Amino acid sequence: MSTDWKALIAVVVVVAAIYIGVEPYAHSQMHPAVPPADFEFKDLKDNKSPSENAKNGKELFANNCYACHGVASDSLPPIMDDETAASAYGVVPPDLSDATFLYSKEFFISFVKNPTEASKLAHKFDGKEKVFPMPNYDWLGNDAIADIYAYLKTLEPKEVSNRQAFVSACARCHDVRYSSITSLTPDKDIEEYMGTVPPDLSTMILSRGGKYLAEFINDPQKHLDGTAMPRVGLSEKAQEKVIAFIEKAGDPKKEERETLGIRFIAFALILSVVAWVWKLKIWREVH
Amino acid sequence: MVKETDNLIDWLDERLAVKKLVKVLMTEYWVPKNVNFLWAMGALLVTLFSVLFISGIVLLMYYKPDVNLAFDSVNYTIMHEVAYGWLFRNVHAVSASVIFLIMYIHMFVGIYYGSYKSGREMIWISGMLLFFIFSAEAFSGYMLPWGQMSYWAAQVITNLFGGIPIIGDSLVVWIRGNFFVADATLTRFFMLHVVLLPVVIMGIIVLHFYSLRVPHVNNQDGEEVDFDKEAEKYMAGKVKEAKVVPFWPVFLSKDFAVISTFLVFFFYLVFFHYSFALDPINFDPADNMKTPPHIYPEWYFLWSYEVMRGFFFDIGPISAFDVGLIAFGFANVAFLLIPFLDKDKSIRPAHKRPLFKIWYILLIVDLVILTTYGKLPPTGTNAYIGFVAASVFILLFVMLPTITRRDAKTKGEE
Repeated sequence: MSTDWKALIAVVVVVAAIYIGVEPYAHSQMHPAVPPADFEFKDLKDNKSPSENAKNGKELFANNCYACHGVASDSLPPIMDDETAASAYGVVPPDLSDATFLYSKEFFISFVKNPTEASKLAHKFDGKEKVFPMPNYDWLGNDAIADIYAYLKTLEPKEVSNRQAFVSACARCHDVRYSSITSLTPDKDIEEYMGTVPPDLSTMILSRGGKYLAEFINDPQKHLDGTAMPRVGLSEKAQEKVIAFIEKAGDPKKEERETLGIRFIAFALILSVVAWVWKLKIWREVH
Repeated sequence: MVKETDNLIDWLDERLAVKKLVKVLMTEYWVPKNVNFLWAMGALLVTLFSVLFISGIVLLMYYKPDVNLAFDSVNYTIMHEVAYGWLFRNVHAVSASVIFLIMYIHMFVGIYYGSYKSGREMIWISGMLLFFIFSAEAFSGYMLPWGQMSYWAAQVITNLFGGIPIIGDSLVVWIRGNFFVADATLTRFFMLHVVLLPVVIMGIIVLHFYSLRVPHVNNQDGEEVDFDKEAEKYMAGKVKEAKVVPFWPVFLSKDFAVISTFLVFFFYLVFFHYSFALDPINFDPADNMKTPPHIYPEWYFLWSYEVMRGFFFDIGPISAFDVGLIAFGFANVAFLLIPFLDKDKSIRPAHKRPLFKIWYILLIVDLVILTTYGKLPPTGTNAYIGFVAASVFILLFVMLPTITRRDAKTKGEE
């Protein structure tokens, strides 16, 4: 074997050792793996009901939910404007027009019954000094909540865009400056409510990556123990749309990059062949 | 008096002696024939520096050195708005990281073949000066996007100067231009990154090239070549017999081939695998209220960083911080001193120097360990592995004179 090949092997081995040590190994140590996203939310129990009485659901909604939540798609605007609601509750309550797209029936039932438990915020809201803005509706029972879900299901839009999914699921708290999204809740209210202003999500896809985001959104406590961010409870398809939006916001040139990348590599390959043919021709003359 | 000429080359030649210049720099600049592809690292470094220079100029047209504007000027204006701005940024970041890889290869080729001694000391010293200035260039450039890692690395590294006796505290304030890392720090590091350091680098590159002219390039066997005699042979047409080749076109044809192949790998990194050079944490905007859980330098500083962190305990009256700082200082001058620590005057490759060969392998293994543990959190066993690896590093350099003296004797006995 020529010295060139031996030298190349030595270089590759050492560089590979450094790369493995510094990248995959170090990252595995600094960010230990967590279980994958669980879209069934198996920790939540007793949230099944076959009931689907939308008419009853609409009545229940009017009596129990409309005080705080609007449903734009049923021409029910919220009673309070965003600013008043934010200063009253700490955060703007969501409009529920596409709630059935965002949440499974089971998660919806669990959440309405006990929001603090479903969103895994018991460490923040002890129910005495600090109270979650939405009270527990466990006294309604699974069937009644299932009927509300059935009512909202009749209003679910046929098609929800990535941006719409993001706005409904995240934009009450989070800005995305690079996509001109400003959170519905003013910073001062959310800071008082959460303890900190939730981060702008413009570059999150670059700083965290899709895998981390999928695990984190599904259950923030897994990666960031004690965080004030609630488990939002998104269904798998809703979460995919949310992450697709975050990716487009932070890395809009991905497609251009990958197309161009193939061309640059192809160019370098052709250049290498030409350069080596030339080199061998010249060196044959002197050897 | 100049003669009338009818072509541009002759016209220029009469005024600038371009034909002589081409001979001196290219066609009659002689390089040994007995070399392998590792001798192309110099040309590769020139290529990467040019790429950094050009991509840097493009980025400079849009970058804004102000703590309120810097992050968005990089991550929005350049990455989203400017046509192919992302390409120039990726190219700049990946080249900056990879140029260190090639510098390390270049250095370790020099160490392996003994290309730093017996007349070649100035090549080595000017090369190490380039390494230091490049380190400062990399550090100052890393601050510019004003992300979390920019901010906190600046905080940690500038703080190191506080360990210098007496003047330490004032020195830190002087370097930062404030009591903490702030706008004044960003603007002065911007100046260093785009003006002062590049100018110094270009000056030292010229010195580095010039320092090669007198002792000439080394070869694979450390053989002493009579360049004048061999060049005469080559010019007389005995090109196969001559031990030298001209820089152009023979030597450079090999450089071009190596560089072209390197570009395949380089473009793969730029387009598909760049996060090693664009740390994810740095895509979070700088926040002086929120310390990241792990602060680490770029990969090429990890070994010296770990030599510093390895000493995590007080020694007598000296605090752990100061011990670490002394070790860090040692790590930074250790390589510069190699020509003077190597007491074996003969130029031979490491595989012909029994003890030095072991020393060389141990050094590389130790540096790989230091680099890996430099990134890991320094807790539990990591701290002790770091301590051992850091001690081994220092010991290796302390032992180098003895080792090379013994090798020199063994050779004498042969």
